[in-house]
Amino acid sequence: MNSASPAVEQAYQLLRAEAQQNTEILKEKPVILLGTATCGRAAGALSVLAAFQDEIAKQQLDVVLRETGCMGHCYVEPLAVIFKTGFPPLCYGSLDEGKARRLVNDYLVNDDPCYEFAMAALEPNDFFPTFADYPRGIYEKRVLLADCGVIDPEDIDHYLVRDGYGALAKALSGDPAWIIEEIKSSKLRGRGGAGFPTGIKWETCKNAPGSPKYVICNADEGDPGAFMDRALLESNPHQLLEGLAIAAYAVGAEQCYVYVRAEYPLAIKRLKTALEQSTVRRLLGQNILGSGFNLEIRLFQGSGAFVCGEETALITSIEGHAGIPNHRPPYPATAGLHGKPTVINNVKTLSYIPHIIRNGASWFKSIGTPNSPGTAVFALAGKVVSTGLAEVPMGTTLRNLIYDVGNGIKDEKKFKAVQIGGPSGGCLPESSLDLTIDFDSLQQAGAMMGSGGMVVLDEGDCMVEIARFFLDFTQKESCGKCTFCRLGTKQMLDILTEITEGRGREQDIELLRDLAEDIKIGSLCGLGKTSPNPVLTTIRYFRTEYEAHIREGRCPALMCKSLISYHIEPELCSKLCNVCIGSCPVEAIYTRPDMLKGIYPDKCVKCNSCMVACPPQYKAVVKLSPPVPEEPAEERGSEVEQANNPDH
Amino acid sequence: MDPSEDEKELIRAAVGTVLQGLGIERASLIPILQGVQDNLGYLPSLAMRQVAEALQLPAVEVFGVGTFYNQFRLNPPGKHQIKVCMGTACHMMGGHIILECFERRLSILEGETTPDREYSLERVACVGCCALAPVVVVDDKVEARVSPIRVDGILLTFDIEKQQEERQEKQEEGREP
Repeated sequence: MNSASPAVEQAYQLLRAEAQQNTEILKEKPVILLGTATCGRAAGALSVLAAFQDEIAKQQLDVVLRETGCMGHCYVEPLAVIFKTGFPPLCYGSLDEGKARRLVNDYLVNDDPCYEFAMAALEPNDFFPTFADYPRGIYEKRVLLADCGVIDPEDIDHYLVRDGYGALAKALSGDPAWIIEEIKSSKLRGRGGAGFPTGIKWETCKNAPGSPKYVICNADEGDPGAFMDRALLESNPHQLLEGLAIAAYAVGAEQCYVYVRAEYPLAIKRLKTALEQSTVRRLLGQNILGSGFNLEIRLFQGSGAFVCGEETALITSIEGHAGIPNHRPPYPATAGLHGKPTVINNVKTLSYIPHIIRNGASWFKSIGTPNSPGTAVFALAGKVVSTGLAEVPMGTTLRNLIYDVGNGIKDEKKFKAVQIGGPSGGCLPESSLDLTIDFDSLQQAGAMMGSGGMVVLDEGDCMVEIARFFLDFTQKESCGKCTFCRLGTKQMLDILTEITEGRGREQDIELLRDLAEDIKIGSLCGLGKTSPNPVLTTIRYFRTEYEAHIREGRCPALMCKSLISYHIEPELCSKLCNVCIGSCPVEAIYTRPDMLKGIYPDKCVKCNSCMVACPPQYKAVVKLSPPVPEEPAEERGSEVEQANNPDH
Repeated sequence: MDPSEDEKELIRAAVGTVLQGLGIERASLIPILQGVQDNLGYLPSLAMRQVAEALQLPAVEVFGVGTFYNQFRLNPPGKHQIKVCMGTACHMMGGHIILECFERRLSILEGETTPDREYSLERVACVGCCALAPVVVVDDKVEARVSPIRVDGILLTFDIEKQQEERQEKQEEGREP
């Protein structure tokens, strides 16, 4: 402990007291917190916000209405939490303008909390269940997401009263070496995907000769299907800034960068506000909390290149060049930005730091598995009921995550696979559901932790098509430096496209596997090395689907457009309803003389609209693979229907 | 298509302002290009040449950076920008179908602008709204759970808006004389 320690602590306590005073008002008045992160906005949160404002003004109520981030329950956005004295804080989901007005009138004016709209309470009480009473709550363990959605990300006081920046004060009062020891002993592993021990990275950077040193936060979440970094930046930006400041102090850096994707405009806006506010409070900038430590944090907007998530590419991008990866070693920790020692950590990794410094390494190690301690944040998407963000301890099984946290598969369909880790990851089948999630187990199964995107696929999703989709992505995003990545992915994509269009050849599967090996060996960076993973895992676990495409010209999941055709079952069609005709965007459906509906195969674009539109009591639209000519419908064998349409 | 003299003037002025704000360091190249695009809506080759001159770089380096990143647009955008999300979740929930719907309705391919410069159509890798897939970003507004019918709805809303504007203009013109 150096002599500055009491002064730093004192300065922090002053700030905290001030924040407490500023937020005192929240305890007296009713408070509405409305989630307006990007996902909330997409679901219509801004019109709900306007409805709240309008109704509050009409009733002349004294209510605090604040915009917050994302609680992770994206499936019920827009979502609001209402605090009112005498009632538990209640969370309301799937709001619209009408419900917002009713909540103001019934709950805030009169005392009816509208339990029929409520999802859960935030605190244990005698009236209403809390999140912890649902299966999701039992498996979830929120560390990073704990404050998301319940604090105003654009108000630093909300973060301060929850002991925010306390870890920074604690860190600044101590020796930087102590911080590195603590992080090392916590065994925190980088959450960007590779799982490299953070403490060792920091130590290498600290001991590397050269100055100035830099710390970069990698918020270039390019992985399609992952959105937890966006949610963290939009919901709790100060948590990241605090972690970044501690990291900078530990390695002896005075300049930091946050590299954010340009596709996240709201995250950039909220991060900018957070930076300004913490600079005003002297939690960033010159002489932080009177400790003599200076730190400048700059925002750098990416420009839409997936490869810039790779650390060496990210560095060249900050230096103003095209983001093309370089050889490692030397690792950035010894020679990074402008050739100086540089630490690059993911948003989640840095966001853990304040919690570890505050609660200690042994607390962190008590969560998760011995080799992968802590929690994992997953973005659940695809065909799962409760899409959104989930934070579970490492070591949770996939089954728990999908069926208990995610509430199972949509529309009572059958689970087929789960895609983990985006373009670098793989598809795991039902037999892998009991796998516990940590860095090592996923790698063994052929997938990868990646950044934590998890897309659940059901029986209607074609595995060849998903492999083709990822190859299409990596092929477009390949920077072009290595021949195998640039040309190999293109070749693989061409082969996969041929297969999905019914022109696959028997030897294609082996050819794909050969190419995959070559690309793995011949590529410099992670993008190329991992790009064959989606193909390899789908061949490993779903080879029969590839064979059905190649040998029978049939897509078992009824997804590949060239291999299916749409039909209307005469026995099921109501004849009197015209919904399908109205739904068709290309006028491909017509009424036959006998009032049954028919589809012109040459006009049909296979957009699935009629299938969605057909009322559930008829379910008369079916997909058939391999495609069969339309007329005459009566002669079609009934076995074909049964074989291809498990619904009937 | 070469820009007209007026447009050239506009481009020069915009690049000038951006350079004044951000300086002429090599490391500021990407922020400078972003600034120019924010200002003009796209990155004309004239602007890239001007930036190269100011930063004392060979033009090929600036063009290299401008064409490497997906976000830079080399042609003027439409009045309404439609970005269809092509992330994993959106793709599996039918994002490709939505893209095709727009292509069919607007009679353009992705990456193109309609001849009347009313709409431009692009694909984006992922906007991070995977839970509400498929997603389309229309003029910075994120539309969730888009269906082919909603595609027609989005375009119809713009058509109606345009018609209303035209009618208003006509009325105002009628009043003036």
